[in-house]
Amino acid sequence: MATSVRLLVRRAIRLSYRNTSVSAAGAAGRSACCWKPSPCRCFSDAAADRSTHFGFETVPETEKAKRVYKVFENVAQKYDVMNDAMSLGIHRVWKDMLLHAMHPQPGVRLLDVAGGTGDIAFRFLEYVRSQQERHSRRAARSMQTPSWQDISNSYTTEDEDVPKESRAVVCDINKEMLRVGKQKADSMGISAGLSWVVGDAEELPFDDDQFDIYTIAFGIRNVTRIDQALQEALRVLKPGGRFMCLEFSKVTNPVLAKLYDTYSFQMIPVLGEVIAGDWKSYQYLVESIRKFPDQEEFKRMIEDAGFYCVQYYNFTAGVVALHSGFKL
Amino acid sequence: MWLHVGRAFHQLNQRRCVLTSKAVCVRQLHSGGFTDSCYDGLYPGHIHTTPIQKALLAAGSGVAALQDPYRHDMVAVLGETTGHLALINLRDRMRNDPEGYTILTERPRIRLSTLDLSKMASLPDGSLGREYLRFLEDNHVTPDSRADVKFVDNEELAYVMQRYREVHDLLHTLLGMPTNMLGEVAVKWFEAAQTGLPMCALGAVLGPLRLNARRLQSLFTSLGPWALQSGWRSRCILSIFYERRWEQSLEDLRQELNIEPPPVILSATNKSSA
Repeated sequence: MATSVRLLVRRAIRLSYRNTSVSAAGAAGRSACCWKPSPCRCFSDAAADRSTHFGFETVPETEKAKRVYKVFENVAQKYDVMNDAMSLGIHRVWKDMLLHAMHPQPGVRLLDVAGGTGDIAFRFLEYVRSQQERHSRRAARSMQTPSWQDISNSYTTEDEDVPKESRAVVCDINKEMLRVGKQKADSMGISAGLSWVVGDAEELPFDDDQFDIYTIAFGIRNVTRIDQALQEALRVLKPGGRFMCLEFSKVTNPVLAKLYDTYSFQMIPVLGEVIAGDWKSYQYLVESIRKFPDQEEFKRMIEDAGFYCVQYYNFTAGVVALHSGFKL
Repeated sequence: MWLHVGRAFHQLNQRRCVLTSKAVCVRQLHSGGFTDSCYDGLYPGHIHTTPIQKALLAAGSGVAALQDPYRHDMVAVLGETTGHLALINLRDRMRNDPEGYTILTERPRIRLSTLDLSKMASLPDGSLGREYLRFLEDNHVTPDSRADVKFVDNEELAYVMQRYREVHDLLHTLLGMPTNMLGEVAVKWFEAAQTGLPMCALGAVLGPLRLNARRLQSLFTSLGPWALQSGWRSRCILSIFYERRWEQSLEDLRQELNIEPPPVILSATNKSSA
């Protein structure tokens, strides 16, 4: 009992040293440690000098990715059910609004990062398909009474009429979420133009200038280094490409903010326990929303990464914000 | 009126801030691991909950358990959130009993790692240890599948709840009931009479709804009254230090506890329609 108290005291003092000392590489950090090396596992993460937030907890940066992975591995099976229960189905409206703001035309390439269960990608393919249908219907209607000139033209230019193929790539760091997404795609019968890639938003496995649209919906707050994710987004987008981010944000109205806080902290972990059997993951979820920067600050971060014409739109009084920027 | 509502919200938020800041304080002093080494409650696995959350949990878990009785975690949560008074009662009964008091101080846990299975298998037939092992094998259960206590806000009461869960299988052995629906309902009636936990009472009332007519008849005519009477008359079953009584004969233990042998022998292969 006394030894554990001593360990706690050592750790507390060491943490305060860590905060004041310059963050150095792992070896230097370890040698700067004043205590003689004891066989205690709490000194093993001396290499991680930078710490970040995991909900309201402070953890070393190296650990955050692992813990976030575990959270999403646990909740993957019940992810969609929980989304519906927690937002009372409103998350579908938010995602539809993202697609309307995006207004993709046929032939566009989409990269959906942290796309997990594929909601955005499915909506994208559906939208593009209906756009395609609308175009071909309009073309057919306008060609009802063609002149002889038109008919002969259409014979010569037939290969130009091939419907432009749009492609959606769903990228996620978590294999469990992708698995659930694939199952959904199979059950919905969607396979054309859809691919599933395992990848880290901070280090995307794609070449430069590949995609027309980059979306990340409710995923960027789980990324350890948001600025790195933004830079990767800039890299893989084609010039003229659009970056769109849907994320929970700050509610501006104070009364609604209080209500939202109460609902988040009282209801959501309970729902997580009852529906998914996992209180702690949903506690992390509501805490991570509070730690994410607000609309203006995130807009500044996107501008710093190199995007232009950055704008944001608030949905549901600021519960969710859509940030959009262009690579020029 | 709105002033009161606002004040209530404010208090809730303050409580939440206090809870989360306490959590941050303790968590910063511990290293990684989501559940094992780092806990910010009164015991490993403890999660702080406000009264509103407990009420919501009780309601939600009740509905979930009714819809799917095989969701043991929901039954467990229901028991924890509704059983405060019954747990206090049980704890006091244990304190007043010398053997129960020993259990409260020594805090034994029934897990595969703490049981000496080979020694228990070598005990003679009819002894508690041998019969318990036979029960585990016949019904394909293990003592390690019990969920940990999460929502009880007192460390000692949490142990009482955990002990109750771990003793459940031993109760099956003592009463000679298998783990099919009829056996479980009979054990629930016994437990409801013994412990007074609302979860047991709810299970006892709603469990029979899933039995077919023949089993219902068996329950109401012979098994049920026997289980209830045994429950009322028996000594507190949580106060028995089972770990030190493996060699004791089952009949002996039943007599000591005032439990009559079961009126109907149910076999483990008797899986009823659910």
